[in-house]
Amino acid sequence: MHELGITRNIVAIVAEHAAGRRVTRVALDVGRLSGVMSEAIRFSFDVVAQGTCLEGARLDIRDIEGLGRCRICATQFATPALYTPCACGCRDIERIAGEELKVREFEFETSEHRASASA
Amino acid sequence: MCTDCGCSDGSKATITNLKTGKVHEVWRSIVGHLHDAGHIHDHSRDQNHSHAHNHDHHHHDHDHTHDHDHGHVHGRVDLQQSLLQKNDALAARNRAWLAGREVLMLNLVSSPGSGKTSLLERTIRDLNGKLPIAVIEGDQATANDGERIAAAGAQAIQVNTGTGCHLEADMIERALGELKPKPGSVVMVENVGNLVCPALFDLGEKAKVAILSVTEGEDKPIKYPHMFRASSLLLLNKTDLLPHLDFDVDKATAYARQVNPSVEIIQVSAKTGAGMTDWYAWLSRQLTLVSL
Repeated sequence: MHELGITRNIVAIVAEHAAGRRVTRVALDVGRLSGVMSEAIRFSFDVVAQGTCLEGARLDIRDIEGLGRCRICATQFATPALYTPCACGCRDIERIAGEELKVREFEFETSEHRASASA
Repeated sequence: MCTDCGCSDGSKATITNLKTGKVHEVWRSIVGHLHDAGHIHDHSRDQNHSHAHNHDHHHHDHDHTHDHDHGHVHGRVDLQQSLLQKNDALAARNRAWLAGREVLMLNLVSSPGSGKTSLLERTIRDLNGKLPIAVIEGDQATANDGERIAAAGAQAIQVNTGTGCHLEADMIERALGELKPKPGSVVMVENVGNLVCPALFDLGEKAKVAILSVTEGEDKPIKYPHMFRASSLLLLNKTDLLPHLDFDVDKATAYARQVNPSVEIIQVSAKTGAGMTDWYAWLSRQLTLVSL
């Protein structure tokens, strides 16, 4: 279950850049062909984020479908599998999308200006 | 335990030098760096990063139903950072380190039980005196494989990943520092037996070598396409057993080429030695490419 390690990386990367500010939302790009399941990241995120400045943050994952371009006939086509061949029979495919694995952005709020009165 | 970076949240790996018997305990912290247990470390690099550009930094004047009555500061940071960036950067450093010493490092990947260790034992014995080989053995637990390699006559470093299911570049960096491989030598990294995770983690190797034994299914390459696609060479092992099995070599080869059209395939038996000279020829060819 390498998604646990991947989720640790997400928390580490964001925590480093958040520098103590409270993170409210984390946006990820996860390609369907990246070898990482977004469901498994969702599953482990809350546990990994516990006790960090990401605790309670909303996880916003954009799953990206596989897309390839044939190096012979230049056709662009959907690649549901890593090895989906081109309709022309060619297997020499350039991957255009589907292998992403990154933190796109995150949102934070700083606590110093917060008032504690309840509505 | 490190309260600054929360090392205890990470997992523990151990690195054993089979020659000296020296064991390092390595904590892998949640912020991704690696250090010895009972360490003293400098956190100066954990400072604020000015390259993260904050924008949309503004006050909201809106009514909230939750527990504050005036606006607080929100912000958004556009990161676009790969989740594997730290590992990839360390792997690149390993690769440069190895290239500078003209050392060929290969990452051997397979399921558990494909015969990686037996194949290495035979390779070490056959090439004794011809090609210096050192081995970094990765397993979740035990130094059994490292001891087998050492008994075959090669220098071995055992990395135990604990709960980890694959090796990462920082473990290899540490193991290479222990091994101190000589110029012109080969470092074989025997990854944790696992066809899934090791495909994602670059260690700085020249190439991945996948080992598939004929006692497994022919369709392993399409079941685990990441691994077979990332490998330059496929060693089809235990071919001495073919007469007793229904394994279809052509089918397995076709599946492997379906996933990875450029993969080289060599049939071997680490037991009888069949095909091993082809593997050794491939090794020396790779070694020439390193010293170019």
